[in-house]
Amino acid sequence: METGFTLSNTIAAILTIGIISFLWKDNPLYKLCESLFVGVSAGYWFVSLYYQNLLPKLFDTLGLTQLFTSADIEPGAIQILINEGRVDNSFLYLIAGILGALMLTRLIPNLGWISRWPLAFIVGTTSGLYFTTYFQSNAMAQLRSTILPLDSIGNVVIVIGTVCGLVYFYFSKEHKGVMGGAARVGVWFLMITFGASFGYTVMSRMSLLIGRFDFIFSTWLGLTG
Amino acid sequence: MFEKLLSIDRRIIFIFVAVALILPLFLNISQYIAISPEVSKIYDGLEELKPGSKVLFAFDYDPPSAPELQPMAEAVLKYCFKNKLKVYIIGLWPQGPMQANLAIEVIRDDPQFADTPPVYDQNYVNLGFMSGNELVIQGMGSSFQSTFPRDYQGTPTADLEMMNGVNNFSNIDYIFNLSAGYPGTVEWVLFAVDRFHATLGAGNTAVQAPQIYPYFHAGQLQGLAGGLKGAAELEKLVGFYGKGTKFMLSQSFAHLTVIFFIIIGNIAYFATRGKKKQ
Repeated sequence: METGFTLSNTIAAILTIGIISFLWKDNPLYKLCESLFVGVSAGYWFVSLYYQNLLPKLFDTLGLTQLFTSADIEPGAIQILINEGRVDNSFLYLIAGILGALMLTRLIPNLGWISRWPLAFIVGTTSGLYFTTYFQSNAMAQLRSTILPLDSIGNVVIVIGTVCGLVYFYFSKEHKGVMGGAARVGVWFLMITFGASFGYTVMSRMSLLIGRFDFIFSTWLGLTG
Repeated sequence: MFEKLLSIDRRIIFIFVAVALILPLFLNISQYIAISPEVSKIYDGLEELKPGSKVLFAFDYDPPSAPELQPMAEAVLKYCFKNKLKVYIIGLWPQGPMQANLAIEVIRDDPQFADTPPVYDQNYVNLGFMSGNELVIQGMGSSFQSTFPRDYQGTPTADLEMMNGVNNFSNIDYIFNLSAGYPGTVEWVLFAVDRFHATLGAGNTAVQAPQIYPYFHAGQLQGLAGGLKGAAELEKLVGFYGKGTKFMLSQSFAHLTVIFFIIIGNIAYFATRGKKKQ
């Protein structure tokens, strides 16, 4: 990465300062930087999705690129149909392309309901895919990893924490007596978990700020090594 | 006095935190970095790989998470290039492959790699971004080439020399995922590890790390580096010190400042609680 007062570094530094200025109070520079960020991100996403996804996976595979350009790439489904007279499996991408195009009907108020079809396809396939995967990875594997011999402090903490945490979320019996005690211990474990998670979040946010300060003082101003 | 402390303007705290973060950048002090077992396991996994082994890098983050994850990427990439491992880069986030190119640029400029700079299609390939989240991982389990028909530069994947004999996860020796959220490490564990039995190490942002620890504990994840501390540990293990190590001092100063304000805030709260009741 280039260092010093280059044009790109100066723009990046001004944008960084503009975003950080929100900490003092809301201001026009912050609004400008925020709008720029949203716009540039959307533009980058669009270009990236077209060149790295739509073009190779849909237009190339179907043969549309080869039909309209002189690109030196393998024949697509249309070329195979014309040259060899057979329907290639790649034609299945046409269904995906049509479903994708149907999503755009949301932009037309009267035809918006059609977009539910591709959405239903996505929901159906995703839930089917996740059903067994979640059960295997998040339920069974995690359950197995908490069935431990009580031969170390770490294992004892995991077993007690898991059991008491589950008791806290068991609402079919009033939390009194042994149940109440276990639920109280469960709450303590939950509080410690939230505290650790919050600590990690603080650590993460500080890291991001360090990165920007390093950019300003090192890359842009060249004051530090 | 305690009432004043409780009603302190938040911007004063911001200034203290900013000074705590900036000041260490000017100090030439190195902080001791203790190695945790989670990060050590990543290094152990990489050490087991022989020259020529194939390592898949999944860059699932964007520039906002770069301060934490970029040092990890650079450290592990340097290790791979130094030990003649073949690197395959993909991204489930659009900006991920661009972050990979930035990391490789840094390595090319590093004097330690002046004689052996990483060469495209000899040492690494960048297959780019593919939308579809976890479905991309599922697709890679069947075929890399049909999931990524072209690389980041637009070259057909079939034309890349390094892609010869690389069909799916069974041809990959190690996966290193750099993740800042969804899709990321959870999806790689669920699909690449539990479905296709791949070996996975992960570098995560600190925000995400607590969610990932259970997978490491269950043995689904081979190793885990969390946040800047994880990055500094990785740098120490592979012997290439970078920004992870440099930033640790700033982070420690900032943490001390936050702890100081938490203690002061609690003292002020308990000291004034009695008065409020009266």
